[in-house]
Amino acid sequence: MQDVQRKIREEAKKLLAARSVDLIIGFEEASLPLRASPVFIHNEDDVEALVWNCFCENNLATYLTKVAGRKVAVVAKGCDSRSIVALIVEGQIKREEIIVIGIPCQGMVDRRKIEKEVQGEILEAGEKNDEVSVRGDDFEGVFKKEDYLYPSCRTCEYHSPVISDILIGEKIKENTELDEYAETIEYEKKSINERREYFGREMGKCIRCYACRQACPMCYCEECFVDNSYPKWIEKGLDLSDLAAWHIMRAYHQAGRCVDCGSCERACPMEVNLRFLTRKINKEVKDYFDFETGLDIKAPPPLTTFSPDDRQDFIHSGEESTGESRGD
Amino acid sequence: MKEREPKILAFLCNWCSYAGADLAGVSRIQYPPNVRVIRVPCSSRINPFFIVKALQQGIDGVLVAGCHPGDCHYISGNYVARRKFAIIKSFLEYIGIEKDRVQFAWISAAEGLRFAEVIKEVTEKVRGLGPIRKWGKIRRV
Ligand code: SF4
Ligand code: SF4
Ligand code: SF4
Ligand code: FES
Repeated sequence: MQDVQRKIREEAKKLLAARSVDLIIGFEEASLPLRASPVFIHNEDDVEALVWNCFCENNLATYLTKVAGRKVAVVAKGCDSRSIVALIVEGQIKREEIIVIGIPCQGMVDRRKIEKEVQGEILEAGEKNDEVSVRGDDFEGVFKKEDYLYPSCRTCEYHSPVISDILIGEKIKENTELDEYAETIEYEKKSINERREYFGREMGKCIRCYACRQACPMCYCEECFVDNSYPKWIEKGLDLSDLAAWHIMRAYHQAGRCVDCGSCERACPMEVNLRFLTRKINKEVKDYFDFETGLDIKAPPPLTTFSPDDRQDFIHSGEESTGESRGD
Repeated sequence: MKEREPKILAFLCNWCSYAGADLAGVSRIQYPPNVRVIRVPCSSRINPFFIVKALQQGIDGVLVAGCHPGDCHYISGNYVARRKFAIIKSFLEYIGIEKDRVQFAWISAAEGLRFAEVIKEVTEKVRGLGPIRKWGKIRRV
């Protein structure tokens, strides 16, 4: 980790010194323990602020749409790099304006899970090899990283960046053996009442702060449907049916676009289980269209295209129609 | 107490399904009066939010109908729409909305009889499910 951090600083310094980029987006030490903050570095003298550790949990691709038009280098984990590809495919950023400093990622540590293990406030935290150590006023604790990874990191297939201009660290093999959607499939088996209940309970926690949206690289809309006032799609309050509508549509808007980085969920102050929605969407996109987001810079987003042979077993098509193109 | 009649909202594409409904009408084919029709230019005009919004507002079932594949007035509108429909349909079922509450059909301008049959089928299925249960209270607009 120290090694990776040193190299990030070196590369950043080189890029800024050579004026190859105007800006480096990376992570710096945060003011709170168990966290790292996104940082924007313009000056080669400031590169020492850059850090790399198991708390670098934000998806930095989120900032790219905000600095489009400038030459930017960005530190990217596997998931961040897939979001970068997705943004390029959607025409939001230009490949030639971005230098990807790719870092094969070992997984990020779930700060809330650790916080729940200790009594009292954690005042200091550090990372050493495979462990995270924490300290508070009258306690200390050491946790094995592997047992405290974020759920999204535990089901991550692509730890290594899918695109990079500078790669720091050893590539990690793709984990395609993983039964990625096991949990989603389990959930599908529950009764309709159980599913409805759980969804209502979970979304009922939402306070509509929209942090999930702000954290997501794909929620770059200038005006989100939820903020529209003409037409006003949904009411502004906390009526459960409005919360449901917000979450159904937010998740739906991610179809073919979500990389399951988990940033939305981490940003949520109410710990709403958001990935349980987006993962279902991702699973359907994979089942129906054989598509995974952010792997191929040439593949169009699945909902912007079609195949005449797309499955349509869910549509009443009448006996006369076989689902194939008729009469042309 | 008598069960409330199910309310069904049908989004019909102007060029095929709406004409199919019209044909059913002029041919005096009987079908259940539970359906309220909204005419749209093409099935691809349907933002899945229309469906969600209808259910949120207390509609018991939604039918979306458009031209058969290959027959869309705008060439590929229904192909693109089909992809959106596939995702929203599975997703709504996943979060606990019975699958028969949201149905899709291809109905041509010549299929007046079929239009009536689809409406019958959808109405019966939705009736079987009973009135839609609301998440929390709803406001009437
Ligand atoms: S929820 Fe939808 S409309 Fe809102 S910002 Fe995200 S993608 Fe855009
Ligand atoms: S919806 Fe959540 S998990 Fe998916 S890309 Fe956006 S932030 Fe990442
Ligand atoms: S971050 Fe959480 S509480 Fe805020 S809008 Fe998203 S789900 Fe709701
Ligand atoms: S015009 Fe009927 S589906 Fe496009």
